[in-house]
Amino acid sequence: MGTFIAKRLVRLIGTLLAVSFLTFLLVNLLPGDAINALIPIDAQQDREFVEQVREEWGLNDPMLVRYGRWLGDAVQGDFGDSIVTSRTVSSEITHRLPVTAELMLVTVGLSVMLAIPLGVMAAYREGTRLDQVISGIAQVFLSIPGFVAGLLFIYVFAMKLGWLPATGWNRLSNGLLDNLRTVILPALSLALIEIAVYTRVVRSDVMNTLQEDFVLSARAKGLSDRYILFRHCLRPSSLTLITVVGLNIGTLLGGTVVVEFLFAMPGLGKRLLDAIFQRDFMMVQGITVFIATIYVLVNTAVDLIYMLVDPRIRKAD
Amino acid sequence: MPLFTRLCLGWLVAIVFGAIFADLIPGLQDPDYQGFLFGTSTTNEPPSLTHLLGTDNNSRDILARIVYGARVSLVVSMTAVVMGTVFGGFLGALTGFVRGKTDAVIMASVDVVLAFPGLVFLLMVVTLLGRRDLLVIAGVVGVLSIPPYTRVARATALAVSRREFVMAARAIGTRKRTILFREILPNCLPTLMAFALVNAAVIILLEGALAFLGLSVQPPTASWGNMVNAARVDLRINVWPVVWPSLALVFTVYSLNVVGDHIRRSKAVRSAAL
Repeated sequence: MGTFIAKRLVRLIGTLLAVSFLTFLLVNLLPGDAINALIPIDAQQDREFVEQVREEWGLNDPMLVRYGRWLGDAVQGDFGDSIVTSRTVSSEITHRLPVTAELMLVTVGLSVMLAIPLGVMAAYREGTRLDQVISGIAQVFLSIPGFVAGLLFIYVFAMKLGWLPATGWNRLSNGLLDNLRTVILPALSLALIEIAVYTRVVRSDVMNTLQEDFVLSARAKGLSDRYILFRHCLRPSSLTLITVVGLNIGTLLGGTVVVEFLFAMPGLGKRLLDAIFQRDFMMVQGITVFIATIYVLVNTAVDLIYMLVDPRIRKAD
Repeated sequence: MPLFTRLCLGWLVAIVFGAIFADLIPGLQDPDYQGFLFGTSTTNEPPSLTHLLGTDNNSRDILARIVYGARVSLVVSMTAVVMGTVFGGFLGALTGFVRGKTDAVIMASVDVVLAFPGLVFLLMVVTLLGRRDLLVIAGVVGVLSIPPYTRVARATALAVSRREFVMAARAIGTRKRTILFREILPNCLPTLMAFALVNAAVIILLEGALAFLGLSVQPPTASWGNMVNAARVDLRINVWPVVWPSLALVFTVYSLNVVGDHIRRSKAVRSAAL
């Protein structure tokens, strides 16, 4: 067991290194852009000045040296300074992370809370009208991307009904209710697809679990249907759900970029987008590596949880 | 095939037809700037006889733009599916069959690419390439969809390699190359096809999101995503330029999902009968 975890950790670090190097490589493939971000084009007439700036920023060193330098700083938490604003990348990340984190937590929380009862009900009443309706709705939700759902909600709830604000963000520190008012629409837009995916997963998993012998014996013992469903079936079925949630974090991260763009939320995704448009390569690098790191960590955690919970997998490795 | 699935398939066929033969459709308006240049402005008009779905806020016919926009979604998703199946499928089958060092190296690279959340990677690459024409976008999306197919093909190849007929082929001394093409790859195809169907829908959504952020093809070229983005400025005044492309996107993805589910269900029954 110990060696397994050690091996996993080594793979994790290897992946993180490769990910950060790949990002570094991609971002720095066009050195001209970096210079253009540092000095406006018209000021680039003076060759000596351009060379001086390049030396100063270390742009003339070979790629590996620059990567090494960046990595050395990065593991100490210093991701460099933004080229456009003169704030450090890490301060921007820490400033913006709570917004994105809250959005994702609320989205996953909402989706799981809705998907579990829906999936269980659909599996319990498999084949009936209820199952067909739930599966049908899930299939529709699966086809509605975040920006379409977001625009729909903005139109209905913000413009027509005026119940909720269309854009903007109130920090948690300013008050829970205000914060909830600004997070609910974005989270709901992202959650539609997740609800569909999770409902399907829960449904098929519970359907399989219901065929197991222990369910039959629980029935024979006289336990109520609801007790069987929620106490005995849910636990084995939740494994797949956890895995799927972990795997979907990647799609969710992409989704937050779109939703933050649409709802003008001051989160990591929007910042990444702005940095990309501004050719702020330090910021792009820092945020991308940060996001990829989180994603890799989440996947590794899911793998480990899976191993810990299901003894069969442990033996098989 | 149940009626509803037939309707969805019909929609898909209509979309593909419209995308391919867009120039030949009689009576279809020009999707690019129209009255704007000639002094007559017809922005945000409701549906009429000349403009069946109305006009957007640049006087362009919405229906025509939807038909031409289908081209973008279709080209990108087809490229992704084809590149994924051909390159990813082959690579995955190869590495699943051969195992050993090649397997470790290839899967490590696949893991690295898959370690990035999809849209984030796509965003970066598309922006860094600078150019935004359809071919470039389709190419990038295609290359970035190879890893998932590699994973799927590898899993199937691993299972198939253990089957008796592969062992038999090996025993009589068939070359590995021949085994790969004759035994392994054909058995990977059904799973790859099923995955491709799901993947096509996902790619269409991905391209839509990319276009919505302004990082796919640029206006005046129409893409469903950038139609929505352009129209959302005037959401308060006129909701229809946002609704029509969104509906097109949702219907297409929904139809793909419905048809895909049907195919998967009917295929499953057939293999059980064996």
